Amino acid sequence: MLCQSCHKNTATTHIKSIVNGELTEYALCSECAKKLGYNHFFGSFADDFVGGLGSLLGGFFGGEAANESVTRCRKCGASFEEISRSGKVGCAECYRTFRNQLLPSIQRIHGTANHRGKRPGSLAMQVVKKQEIVPTPAAEPKPKTPLEEKKEALQKAIQEQNFEQAAVLRDEIREMEGKQ
Amino acid sequence: MSKWYQKSGPDGDVVISTRIRLARNLREYPFPNRMSSEQRAEVEEKVKDAVLNANQAFSSMFRCIELSSLNKEERVALVERHLASPDFISEPNHRELILSNDEEISIMVNEEDHLRIQVMKEGMQLSEVFNMADRIDTLLNERLNFAFDDELGYLTQCPTNLGTGLRASLMMHLPGLQESGVLARINANLNKLGFVLRGMYGEGSQAAGAIYQLSNQVTLGLSEKDALENLTGMARQIIRQEREARKQLREDISVQDKVARALGILGSARMLSSSEFMELISSVRLGVAEQMCKDLSLDTVNALMIEAQPASVSSAAGHSLTPQERDIRRADLVRQVLASQTK
Ligand SMILES: [Zn+2]
Ligand SMILES: [Zn+2]
Repeated sequence: MLCQSCHKNTATTHIKSIVNGELTEYALCSECAKKLGYNHFFGSFADDFVGGLGSLLGGFFGGEAANESVTRCRKCGASFEEISRSGKVGCAECYRTFRNQLLPSIQRIHGTANHRGKRPGSLAMQVVKKQEIVPTPAAEPKPKTPLEEKKEALQKAIQEQNFEQAAVLRDEIREMEGKQ
Repeated sequence: MSKWYQKSGPDGDVVISTRIRLARNLREYPFPNRMSSEQRAEVEEKVKDAVLNANQAFSSMFRCIELSSLNKEERVALVERHLASPDFISEPNHRELILSNDEEISIMVNEEDHLRIQVMKEGMQLSEVFNMADRIDTLLNERLNFAFDDELGYLTQCPTNLGTGLRASLMMHLPGLQESGVLARINANLNKLGFVLRGMYGEGSQAAGAIYQLSNQVTLGLSEKDALENLTGMARQIIRQEREARKQLREDISVQDKVARALGILGSARMLSSSEFMELISSVRLGVAEQMCKDLSLDTVNALMIEAQPASVSSAAGHSLTPQERDIRRADLVRQVLASQTK
């Protein structure tokens, strides 16, 4: 089936959507899905873990069904293969069980794996950063790495609404992070 | 009581509405894709109980709607009013919508996550809408144990929502930018920065009615405040460019002609298909925003854009309609509204 957005590539993602009062599915290729902000985790996730030789071999040898020693989440029973195939994590505990396998994709999608927002029991706008709670005793400010400088420039460009420049910076950051 | 979609708000010429969504899950249950129907029912009860017993002033604002108690048109009409997602209504069993009377707050229970807390308001009101969602989250958290991890933040079924679980969206009317053909380039840049701009109705490159949704994609590593400030920066730029593009349209006689004709057809047609309606109302909305049609208000246009959607027309009729009956009813509704507004 062809992608219903670009009419060029093969559709791989199905998005539920309402068209003329009816619930329908909209078929998108992974590129368009990403452009439109759908499932962009799942796409790259599948590439990381399911795509390529790994899944091919898995298929030939009957996948994990043949493998008795596959790790499963103690709480919900999900295996990592099930999670990567569906793009859906089984439960909160899965994030602990499969943390190391999940982290690379999480980092790639979000650029980091360090939560900076609200914590339970406080209002989001009162969030205090950890380093502000414990004042570091008169430490010399560490010199910024080129990557940190770029990231700051990116924040500045975004706040100044200069998003053409910001897009360029973002590309450069991606490239620098890729080399690390 | 007038609903958010019957009003226009700040920057209302371009921004139709603001929506904030927070994804939350109960620590003690598996995520929805691995829940038994007993567990679904338990989560429904727990969330309802938390909302209805939180505190009296808050709780009295809400009613609970079991999705399976609604017919198909009523369910789709919820999506047309942006109160529920297409995914949510596709599987009605053990799904519950908790809705405030003014329809600004809706909580989807057992969608992709156990809770999707949503707040909407007219116009561009990101911080007002966020503060409301934030307070609801904090209040519910007193009774519900949300899954949270120090590094990964709020835990969600799909890792794209990890961290803040925050999706902030602005529904924007962009006839000027659509006309000038720059939206694809703008979206390509936005994508690189972790934002997305997509058509609200239909998924093609030309969105029906020139209505688009701008939202953030990154939820981890950014505080809510930074995410909202970044989105505001992006939105400000788009609003400025849209207003710039409209300056030229306003002076263009062929655009003035199109607006006047659109108003004429809407005011006299006996049958209106959904796609024809969307195209015409978009021209009229541009005309109203740019003071070309002085009798109409943006409030009226915004309300019509929701109320003339297919399932909303059918569910207002109270029984199912053939496509032709629906087009007739849509035309009747539009004519009546315009006649009551214009002299
Ligand atoms: Zn495509
Ligand atoms: Zn699990």
